[in-house]
Amino acid sequence: MSTAIELRGIEKNFAMTSVIRNVNLAVAQGERHALIGPNGAGKSTLFNLISGYMLPTSGSILLRDEVVSGLPPYQINRRGLSRSFQVTNVFANMSVWENLRCAVLWAAGHRYSFWKNIDNLPEIRERTARILEDINLTGRRDVPAGLLTYAEQRALEIGITVAGGADVILLDEPTAGMSHAETERAVALIRRLTEGRTLLIVEHDMSVVFGLADRISVLVYGQIIASGTPEEIRGNQKVKEAYLGEEAA
Amino acid sequence: MSEMASSAAPPFPTATEKLKFYGLWAAAVIALLLLPRIFPSGGSLTTFSLIGISIVFSLSYNILLGQTGMLSFGHAVYYGLGGFLVIHAINIIGANKLPIPLPVVPLIGGLTGLLFAVLLGWVSTQRSGTAFAMISLGVAELIASSALILRSFFGGEAGISANRTKVFRIFDWSFGPQIQIYYLVAAWTLIAVIAMYALTRTPLGRMCNAVRDNPERVQFVGYDPHVVRYLAFCFSGFFAGIAGALAAINFEIANSAYLGAVQSGTVLFATYIGGVGFFIGPIVGAIFVTILSLGLSDLTQVWQLYFGLIFIAVVVFAPGGITGLLMMHRPLLRAGTLARVLPSYLIALVPTSAMIIGLIVAIETIVHFTVHAGDDSHIKAFGVPFDAANRYVWAMAAILLVGGFLVARKTWARVAHAWDDATSGARAKGIAA
Repeated sequence: MSTAIELRGIEKNFAMTSVIRNVNLAVAQGERHALIGPNGAGKSTLFNLISGYMLPTSGSILLRDEVVSGLPPYQINRRGLSRSFQVTNVFANMSVWENLRCAVLWAAGHRYSFWKNIDNLPEIRERTARILEDINLTGRRDVPAGLLTYAEQRALEIGITVAGGADVILLDEPTAGMSHAETERAVALIRRLTEGRTLLIVEHDMSVVFGLADRISVLVYGQIIASGTPEEIRGNQKVKEAYLGEEAA
Repeated sequence: MSEMASSAAPPFPTATEKLKFYGLWAAAVIALLLLPRIFPSGGSLTTFSLIGISIVFSLSYNILLGQTGMLSFGHAVYYGLGGFLVIHAINIIGANKLPIPLPVVPLIGGLTGLLFAVLLGWVSTQRSGTAFAMISLGVAELIASSALILRSFFGGEAGISANRTKVFRIFDWSFGPQIQIYYLVAAWTLIAVIAMYALTRTPLGRMCNAVRDNPERVQFVGYDPHVVRYLAFCFSGFFAGIAGALAAINFEIANSAYLGAVQSGTVLFATYIGGVGFFIGPIVGAIFVTILSLGLSDLTQVWQLYFGLIFIAVVVFAPGGITGLLMMHRPLLRAGTLARVLPSYLIALVPTSAMIIGLIVAIETIVHFTVHAGDDSHIKAFGVPFDAANRYVWAMAAILLVGGFLVARKTWARVAHAWDDATSGARAKGIAA
């Protein structure tokens, strides 16, 4: 089994505070891996490090056995890793359609081209339309992203993340702030869109985590205290004390 | 599956929509051809030429501001350098009898603008926002001050002049008469407008919008926002150079004012007042500001002050500019609820005009007593004579200003009310407003 993402001895300090401490983690190709832990444990920081948004203080990150730590985010994205954001991060003044289309352009090989009419690119149109259908926003196609409802924006966020066809997907709390019904829909969407891809997901909703993940890692105070299958994590004494408590038992 | 997916895509333009689109461009061409027949005087031809130049310059500026979200305080650098190079080029072509006709000379200006944008842009486009604005200001000051130092190239205070009629001729056009310059400017304006419009419809053009909206997110869909900004900057420099070249050909002179802060400020003005959010915005702004600056300077000495007031009013009350203001009414027009707001506009117009008249009288009176205190107090502003020393005039100005303001506030509240009513009416008919 080959690894999609591998973290080797990752450390991250902000000034004098160490936020991530010696994290080693391997996510296998095709695996759905959840990252859980209390607030402030460093989950989002870890995402920022993997996606190139921040540089690790030390250690290295490998994407399919290639070192990517030190590369800018767009280089990492071009190598097939795409991430979403915890706080919705879309192109607010642009329509849903334009948002998704921007997310497929690079992967489809159009780069910075200024000699092609964007409306005359059938495969771009096709791919954008497919993602639009996948995230169920067909009816909202021409609405500026900033005017969507919260749940719709979250769906668009996921859509932008997967649109480029990256095979390693990082989702940062995709269901945060959603109602129960919305969460269920979002989970079904995530399951469908990440079929056959590698998924690393940060999530607080334990029903989502245990329902979706093949493996779970628990991050507490910048350290991974346990990593294993959902059953192993549920039974892990250290995890219960540090995070899950009795509620998940 | 693929048919299903296609149905989610926006429909292709219908034949009518296409006809409308191309009809609009055809109408523009016809208008450009007809204008000199309707207004054949030399003065109006000059005005049209200046408007054309301003349109190209403003649109080039909007590639930065409206489309990529970069606020430049030094866009005149590329305009001015394009102008200077063209003056030199005309002199060289004339002196050496090179077979280069005048109509292709603006391209030299464009390439100059492009070259300097390529050289100067890489560092400044690293960041947008304040860093970019400050660097653009610094570069502009640098170039503008070197224009006064490097006399051999920039000609110092006097600038450099050229004789455009000495250039290689085709079709026996001397380009001496203003009408020929008008056609030259009109043709280049049309080409530049079409090219810049086409640019917005390309993958790069769309990524410029994405960088404007959210440069951070752009990095996570595979694009380097710096490269996107840099390319936008280069295109912008190219078209600014063309505008500068047209100006140099029109005036047959280039001087340091071409590169200066006033020129950079004016293009920001025109673009913003027209509206940065629409492609047509800068065109509207260029027309408005050119006509206004030519007209106002005849009517009052402190026309720049009024300019500033208009700019402030647009920033505060209509951040979408003139075009944004007009476009807001489109859904109402389609829903047929526009009639619900118009009466309130007319009512608001009366006290607002009173307020503005009071303001103008106050400003002109103050200008008289601060700038020309010793002169005759019977002054003329906007063609209307009045006595600036007359206390009744002061009282009237105060009443109009304060009273107009107080009443106007009430009527504008009414406008807001009518607006809400009209938009909800439009929404009830299923038209988003």
